[in-house]
Amino acid sequence: MKFGTEIVLLSLFAFAALVAAGFGVDEPFRQHMWVLFFAVAGFTAILLRNTEFKPAVPIDPAAFMDGPIRYGAVATVFWGVVGMLVGVVIALQLAYPDLSVEPWFNFGRLRPLHTSGVVFAFGGNALLCTSLYVVQRTCRARLFGGNLAWFVFWGYQLFIVMAATGYLLGITESREYAEPEWYVDLWLTMVWVAYLVLFLGTILKRREPHIYVANWFYLSFIVTIAMLHVINNLSMPVSFVGSKSYSAFSGVQDALTQWWYGHNAVGFFLTAGFLGMMYYFVPKQANRPVYSYRLSIIHFWALIFLYIWAGPHHLHYTALPDWAQTLGMAFSIMLWMPSWGGMINGLMTLSGAWDKLRTDPIIRMMVMAIAFYGMSTFEGPMMSIKAVNSLSHYTDWTIGHVHSGALGWVGMISFGAIYFMVPKLWNRERLYSLRLVNWHFWLATLGIVVYAAVMWVSGVMQGLMWREYDEQGFLVFSFAETVAAMHLYYIMRAIGGAMYLSGALIMAWNVTMTILGYQREEKPMPRPIAAVRPARSGARKWA
Amino acid sequence: MGLMDKHAVIEKNATLLLVGSLLVVTIGGIVEIAPLFYLDNTIEKVEGMRPYSPLELAGRNIYVREGCYLCHSQMIRPFRDEVERYGHYSLAAESMYDHPFQWGSKRTGPDLARVGDRYSNEWHVQHLVDPRSVVPESIMPSYAFLKEMPIEVKDFSTHLIANSRVGVPYSDDMIASANADLMAQADPNIDPSGLEARYPKAKLGDFDGNPQQVSEMDALVAYLQMLGTLVDFKNYDEAAGYR
Amino acid sequence: MTYNFMRAFADTWGLLAMALFFVGCITFALRPGSRTRADEAAQIPLKDD
Repeated sequence: MKFGTEIVLLSLFAFAALVAAGFGVDEPFRQHMWVLFFAVAGFTAILLRNTEFKPAVPIDPAAFMDGPIRYGAVATVFWGVVGMLVGVVIALQLAYPDLSVEPWFNFGRLRPLHTSGVVFAFGGNALLCTSLYVVQRTCRARLFGGNLAWFVFWGYQLFIVMAATGYLLGITESREYAEPEWYVDLWLTMVWVAYLVLFLGTILKRREPHIYVANWFYLSFIVTIAMLHVINNLSMPVSFVGSKSYSAFSGVQDALTQWWYGHNAVGFFLTAGFLGMMYYFVPKQANRPVYSYRLSIIHFWALIFLYIWAGPHHLHYTALPDWAQTLGMAFSIMLWMPSWGGMINGLMTLSGAWDKLRTDPIIRMMVMAIAFYGMSTFEGPMMSIKAVNSLSHYTDWTIGHVHSGALGWVGMISFGAIYFMVPKLWNRERLYSLRLVNWHFWLATLGIVVYAAVMWVSGVMQGLMWREYDEQGFLVFSFAETVAAMHLYYIMRAIGGAMYLSGALIMAWNVTMTILGYQREEKPMPRPIAAVRPARSGARKWA
Repeated sequence: MGLMDKHAVIEKNATLLLVGSLLVVTIGGIVEIAPLFYLDNTIEKVEGMRPYSPLELAGRNIYVREGCYLCHSQMIRPFRDEVERYGHYSLAAESMYDHPFQWGSKRTGPDLARVGDRYSNEWHVQHLVDPRSVVPESIMPSYAFLKEMPIEVKDFSTHLIANSRVGVPYSDDMIASANADLMAQADPNIDPSGLEARYPKAKLGDFDGNPQQVSEMDALVAYLQMLGTLVDFKNYDEAAGYR
Repeated sequence: MTYNFMRAFADTWGLLAMALFFVGCITFALRPGSRTRADEAAQIPLKDD
């Protein structure tokens, strides 16, 4: 029977959720378990409707397993739109506080929904589907472990749903980017170990002597996130049928453990994983090998070694001992070098094919991503200098910095990878429309520029206002006055975010139409000028 | 095989690559985090720190639940403007019983590390119910619903037990009287002498102005009113605390 | 183990070990014999889908 075991296990899981909903010691937990029950029961029902009793069709072991990747690509686009929409909503809440609707839709509950939505739901699905796409193709091997990939995909979606609904219900550890409570963390640990087995197993059965460098980055991302997640989320539940837990660490130790985790959620989730993406999709789209493979090896070892030290720069001038702050600062500055090594490697892959920048909006998107990677990996080390940090910390400057990395680097490289993969995954000749990709590119780029510039100005202004003294030695501004001064910037920031979101909506439309098999009739993008085009550069697939 | 060919082995052996990269990423964390647990001078010795009273802990859990830390820091840095604006810079000892820490990373609103005793209970309640009625420039959301929510007490000692398992020195006495202490702090009709002995400097009173029930508002205001008030800086030795 | 001991260690042997690790990484990656292997590996994504 198809899905036989799965249906039995899921029914038991749903029953367990129902029992927990009945015996839960606190109201949010009981509500959360009802959510879990309906999610799992609904999924079981879908499996039941699709079960068959005829013997399964044998699987061609040489063929790639692309089903979970197709789902992952759709999930990436879907969660991207959701996460960015919540971002625009909370940006507007800061400009117009009456948009907060207590208790479920207050800023404090929606903000983790936004960050987890874009980092873990959008970014996580992008990493999941591209890593499985890349590892099969660079290893020439089908994914390891049969249906394991499906478990990883659906298990991860369940994690997202549980984390997101938990935030709205007020179930949170309130440790930045590690908000989900203990039982959701445990579930993610199981899914993540399965992901590691799936990925490593596929590498082990490869039919290619080398392990391509993109897989190194993906592998180190998976294993490091496993380590960070497990250690940072150690906590003591109040009850095994309750939502509340207390972190295993307190005060200073908790702060450093948390930012060791938090900064490497940036370093490994949002950087190493997406560098894996860069090292595969940029060469593919440009149709030429990476500029220097040996530089990529140095990039890899230097990056993973240095990143893990950088966490304390989030705690400058706090009660964390000075030696740890200084160590964090020194390594953050050193980190600039491997980061720019990687940026140069990515950009120079296009050397000899720069004309594609004019003709291929997907390449343009990837190049903009790498440019933003370079920019934010310069800005980051600069902000980690204690003197700079004394001004920038606690202000919007940090928010601007994060978004130039997240929107510029993570977002753009993911969009590029999605645009590359979707026609291939669904066997379409080309995307629905390249002109729409071009629109997406410009909306996203302008959106980021508006966002980052506004946050930079407001952040610096905020920091300067807080510390401004008059000639008699009194503080010039009350805190409330500095809040009022932010109003206009918060509106402009929301506009920048809305531009970025509208670009993502265009992508969703474009991807949907491509999947449905439509091709928009449109004037082709400008072709290369014959004189500057090398004779043998080859026709582009979509031309 | 020459030494120079060793990397080729890593390049082709997935398990080695996995172990190698795991080793490389462990070093930084070990060097930075592990010493914090056993270097004596990580947390200075101060007088006055005590575990949270049950009502304060319940209030802190609401602070955590609502994500207050996303806009309010609890970490005053040793700069002239911050010390003048918020009070003495924060000490490591002051968050030694905080599971989790709530230092925060953003000041959309002001720092709260020493907000205790700065405003009246009535101000806090009014501010939480309708922030712009007391601070016109405020962009804080309303938390009026806290007033209507009775605190879910059940067996509050389980919270103290969980905390003691991660190192907070709650005594058996404290654990046994958790529920009683929680009610005593918010109800002026109950004799608070036991509570005050167990939790010196605990703020007493009907915080939310509604004697009918102990609400989440009571708990949250009790927590806000004790923030930063435990350490007496008249007796604090700056030189000894310097690390 | 005290702060001073660890500080002294970090300034000397720790620093040396890291410098050696860095030089080792560079040497391994840029050693003359690695070029062909690297070029081979770099071609992997371009072979086919």
